[in-house]
Amino acid sequence: MTEQYVADFRAFAGNGAGSAPSWLKEIREGAITRFAELGFPTMKQEEWRFTSVAPIAETRFMLPHVPRSSLPHPRDIEPLLLGRGPTIVFIDGQVAPELSSAAGLPAGVQLTSLAAALQVGPVGELARQHLAGYARWRESAFAALNTAFLADGAFVYVPAQTVLEQPLEVLFVATAQGNEGPTVSHPRSLIVIEPGAQAVVVESYVALAEGVYWTNAVTEVVVGDGARAEYYRVQREGRRAYHVATTHSQQGRDSFLGLHAVTLGGLLARHDIHTVLDGAGAELVLNGLYLLGRTQHADHHTVIDHAKPHCASHEFFNGVLDQRAHGVFTGRIIVRPGAQRTDSKQTNNNLLLSTEARADSQPQLEIYADDVKCTHGSTVGPLDQTAVYYLRSRGLSPETARSLLTYGFAAEILGRMQRADLRDHLDRLVRAGLA
Amino acid sequence: MLEIRNLHASVEGHEILKGIDLTVKAGEVHAIMGPNGSGKSTLAQALAGHPAYTVTEGSVLYEGKDLLAMKPEERAREGVFLAFQYPVPIRGITNAYFLRSAVNAIRKHRGEEELGPVEFMDALEEKLKVIGWDDSYLNRPVNDGFSGGEKKRNEILQMAVLEPKLAILDETDSGLDIDALKTVAHTVEKLRRSDNATVLVTHYYRILTHIRPDFVHVLSAGRIVKSGGKELALELEEKGYDWLREEAAVA
Repeated sequence: MTEQYVADFRAFAGNGAGSAPSWLKEIREGAITRFAELGFPTMKQEEWRFTSVAPIAETRFMLPHVPRSSLPHPRDIEPLLLGRGPTIVFIDGQVAPELSSAAGLPAGVQLTSLAAALQVGPVGELARQHLAGYARWRESAFAALNTAFLADGAFVYVPAQTVLEQPLEVLFVATAQGNEGPTVSHPRSLIVIEPGAQAVVVESYVALAEGVYWTNAVTEVVVGDGARAEYYRVQREGRRAYHVATTHSQQGRDSFLGLHAVTLGGLLARHDIHTVLDGAGAELVLNGLYLLGRTQHADHHTVIDHAKPHCASHEFFNGVLDQRAHGVFTGRIIVRPGAQRTDSKQTNNNLLLSTEARADSQPQLEIYADDVKCTHGSTVGPLDQTAVYYLRSRGLSPETARSLLTYGFAAEILGRMQRADLRDHLDRLVRAGLA
Repeated sequence: MLEIRNLHASVEGHEILKGIDLTVKAGEVHAIMGPNGSGKSTLAQALAGHPAYTVTEGSVLYEGKDLLAMKPEERAREGVFLAFQYPVPIRGITNAYFLRSAVNAIRKHRGEEELGPVEFMDALEEKLKVIGWDDSYLNRPVNDGFSGGEKKRNEILQMAVLEPKLAILDETDSGLDIDALKTVAHTVEKLRRSDNATVLVTHYYRILTHIRPDFVHVLSAGRIVKSGGKELALELEEKGYDWLREEAAVA
């Protein structure tokens, strides 16, 4: 299918996408070339040994027809939002201004479509400085493919020293019903929090229909010196959906980033999270949860790159796996030469609720500095029977005890989210998922 | 309140309890002492209903009912409480949430209305005041990352909140420093009433200087080999356990 995408790219580059600035066209050309060289990964590759993308590679996914015939009703969109702040909504990869509400943003703050941003002088210049500058599309066929088809997406920009109260929300909605055949979208987000700014950004992937589709997303998050950001990423794709994504974060000196990744949906999902602590004193909380059932497969590959000294990273990923679900977690921590006084902690706990569920957990530490503190731990197993008995000895029924213990796996992750409103909303989604 | 007759119990096929007889009345505090491996914890767990402990012979009546026929949660709802020797961490669930779940399970059983989060917190704060503790425990996950002493204190907090009729404390004193021991002991004393009873399983005399037992029983090789008043505890402190083994062997 690799050639098909190259052919699709030629058609794409020849028409609708032609209005893009020349620097972007160059990036796209480079990206499609790189995609053609790399091809789809196979399970023979170390990074993919637990996840087969054959169902994606062997299916002919088409870009959806543009323009769309009809948009979803706002009342169908509203319940999909996590917060109550400014919002930008994309339907099958296309921005939907009618469903977005970015009014009332403080001066200089952008929550806009990338395509629109690139048309405007100063804003386009801001986007150009960062776009495709972080996510490593030269190393990933999927990120390369996303970059080749980069036409639109979200541009979130918070100027220096700006403190935002309301979360900024980006919503990618899939409406594929399957009657057009399998479709693909390549959502792209660029989130830039400038030095000294404080902001919360939410990015969700949701479905309004149960057709077969593929989301191939890339998000770049840039957190400037002294900035504080929380980024909530929620994957609630459809039951028959494929979701492949790269999230790349880059942090400056003394910055804080809370990166919360919640995976609930999709049939096959792969999320590469690559974080770089690129300024002394930066702190990262990488906090993830996957809640899977049926035959869902979700693979999280995380890399925490301690590039500078005196940085701290705290990584927690919990998985709850029921029925025949399969969770994969690979957590790589790199401590670069000279990144002294690194403090890094990683844990991955997997709860198997059925004998057919499976979890694979692999920590990978690469430490090239000597004065560092790195710890890691992972567990895979069923509910602790001693804990069930302990709860029963306090009057709880076995069923309540089991559901409380299961919920605890999720609650532990939710508890690290600082925004109470977003946390509560996610808590409801998690409880619904466990019920 | 509690009548244990000829209780035999095994773990993984090994008989640990070999015929225990014990009667506990409301208002009483009984101390069960004995060397390691004598069966103290087995007795405590068998009363709470640990699934790994099989009762092979004998009977236990609790308030006239067959305790052994009840599931662990039924025993708890009827007012039996075991303070665990090794409290279990529950990740992600705060103490406050856990305690409310437990209190409501018991209230529901009694046909009382369940408490909402706000009502419960009010009741809880009252309880904390009574036992003189602050609320720093409430928003931490149950026993998760707690020190040994904190875990033991947390068992006593649960006991204070659940107000059991029969409390069994399984070596709650081991691993506590002297201040923590005093706090725990004073709390147990404060909770003591004429309509509840406490069975204190302990290896050491120390806690009995703070909690005055009405009866002391010595367990050895799965049997109660000697019973007496609190002076027996002092005798054990002075002489150790060996003389009892010899006495038992002669008898």
